[in-house]
Amino acid sequence: MGHQRLFRGVTPYLFIAPAVAILAFTCLYPVIKGFELSFYSWSLGTPIASRKYVGWENFAWAWQDPALFNSIKVTLVFTACSVLAELFLGLAIAFLLEKGIRGIAFFRTIFIIPIMIAPVVVGLLWRYLFDANFGLINYLTQLAGFEPKIWLGTPGLAMPAVIVTDIWQWTPFMFILFLAGLQSLPSDPVEAAEVDGATGWQVIRHVKIPLLAPVIWVAVILRIIDAFRSLEVMFIMTFGGPGRETEVLSLNIYKTAFMSQRLGLAAVNAIFLLAFILVLSVAFLIIARPTLSKR
Amino acid sequence: MMTTATPTSGSRARGRAPDVDLSGGVTHRRFWEAGKGVLVAILAFVYMIPVIVLILTSFKTQVQVMSKAPTWIFMPTLMNYSTVLFEQSFLRYMTNSLIVGLVSTVLTLVVGGCASYALVRFDFVGKGTISLGTLLLRMIPPAVLVVPIYVLWTFFGLADTLFGLILIYVGLNLPFTIWVLISFISDIPLELEEAAVVDGCGPWRIFFRIILPLIKPGLAAAAIFTFRISWNEFILALVLTNRMTRTLPVATTIYLTDTGIEWGNITAMGTLVALPAIIFTFLAAKQLISGLTAGAIKG
Repeated sequence: MGHQRLFRGVTPYLFIAPAVAILAFTCLYPVIKGFELSFYSWSLGTPIASRKYVGWENFAWAWQDPALFNSIKVTLVFTACSVLAELFLGLAIAFLLEKGIRGIAFFRTIFIIPIMIAPVVVGLLWRYLFDANFGLINYLTQLAGFEPKIWLGTPGLAMPAVIVTDIWQWTPFMFILFLAGLQSLPSDPVEAAEVDGATGWQVIRHVKIPLLAPVIWVAVILRIIDAFRSLEVMFIMTFGGPGRETEVLSLNIYKTAFMSQRLGLAAVNAIFLLAFILVLSVAFLIIARPTLSKR
Repeated sequence: MMTTATPTSGSRARGRAPDVDLSGGVTHRRFWEAGKGVLVAILAFVYMIPVIVLILTSFKTQVQVMSKAPTWIFMPTLMNYSTVLFEQSFLRYMTNSLIVGLVSTVLTLVVGGCASYALVRFDFVGKGTISLGTLLLRMIPPAVLVVPIYVLWTFFGLADTLFGLILIYVGLNLPFTIWVLISFISDIPLELEEAAVVDGCGPWRIFFRIILPLIKPGLAAAAIFTFRISWNEFILALVLTNRMTRTLPVATTIYLTDTGIEWGNITAMGTLVALPAIIFTFLAAKQLISGLTAGAIKG
């Protein structure tokens, strides 16, 4: 505390000002501008003077827009399926690799690669794997005796393909968080349970998972927020198709603004996305607070 | 504890002489651990098949790419790379990506470092609001920003410039950087700075001469993640750049939709875009893990 009084006056503000200025100009101001835009009818490519104030008309339109509600549903299905699968796979791999494996550091490194690769590359890579003619996946399913499928163009198949891609890319994130969490657990409760004769599964189920719960929650919410934000993989693999089957909310916003050229309506749809993210972020802050304040 | 004949963890089992334990549990455990090792090796290999396919395909001729059954062993060709690098303005896009990535990373670290220092060590009006606001801004999806940023950047003449792209990337990366650096700065003992003050150092000198060198691991983690976002980001770059200022992800996508699908060339582009990520992963796995777990796991 004594130190904080050493530099008073203008110095603290000089340190914080550049960051605040940049954040205000690149994040806060655009969000406010987005709210303003949502009250206008404005076509992309026409001058700013040609926009027309329409009051709540965009909101009224959005409220009855099947495309918007479809994209919200798609986002929820995509997020729920991907994050649940990633959670269970991540837990399973973390418990499997927790101890006694030589070269664990090397395997952990391997599993980071999908997270680091550009989502655009992940998208084109899996589009190639799911390709109807030359894709590895059709080749393998044919070896197993199934008919080749047009994965990314058939209703009912495109969504699972996109989900599989997300699972491939993001299960390592869960796994890395859980592994780090397991390694920082106190050893006493686990040893006590082992002395009492608990089986491996009982230790995991009744000791480790409860102790790991805060990390699990943080990981799940961070992944939900990320899944809500993702659009590159769908953009590349299906561009939202077939029909609008994989058109997540983010992609809907892009298409409304830059394909249908309706900037005002896109701004309204963005407000829906922002509302979802805000709720999730507050949930994150509440759950992560104990972990954060201990730092 | 060591003499208890209950199932113990693998690490403790290794510390014990195997012939002392008569139960046979050790050999059984050894077997199980070896089996787990093999299982993990297989899992890691299967996991990497997509990346292996990407890299292999980039070295194939069009005919090999088009074959029904995948070929694993073939005479590699550099044709795709020479097409991509010398005929598609790919070098220009790569230069753009490098400039945007490097400049935005350096700016983010300096600006974010100053802000983190102020948030940890100084008292000022609005401190609580700023740290909470930073946490919330971290979550904003690019899709929420894409329409207003496009409008504003066009209005301010920032659209289609590399500077405009750098600016928005600094903004997107600041919250995470501040978050990571705060935890590193909090770990520095106050006495160091107090001694420096006694010696007559001002706050800027303390920050650049004492703080920054001490938080190098944090800076490394933040730098990798900032560069990763700037290098990989797609949707903002798509609407904020033109033929001259395009970055690699945008160029790759446009190539994908424009020309029908020449998988040889596209996988070569993809490999080049993914290359820094793969290199970083092997060079700095430790920093990556500390960055990924920041905020989720204490310490």
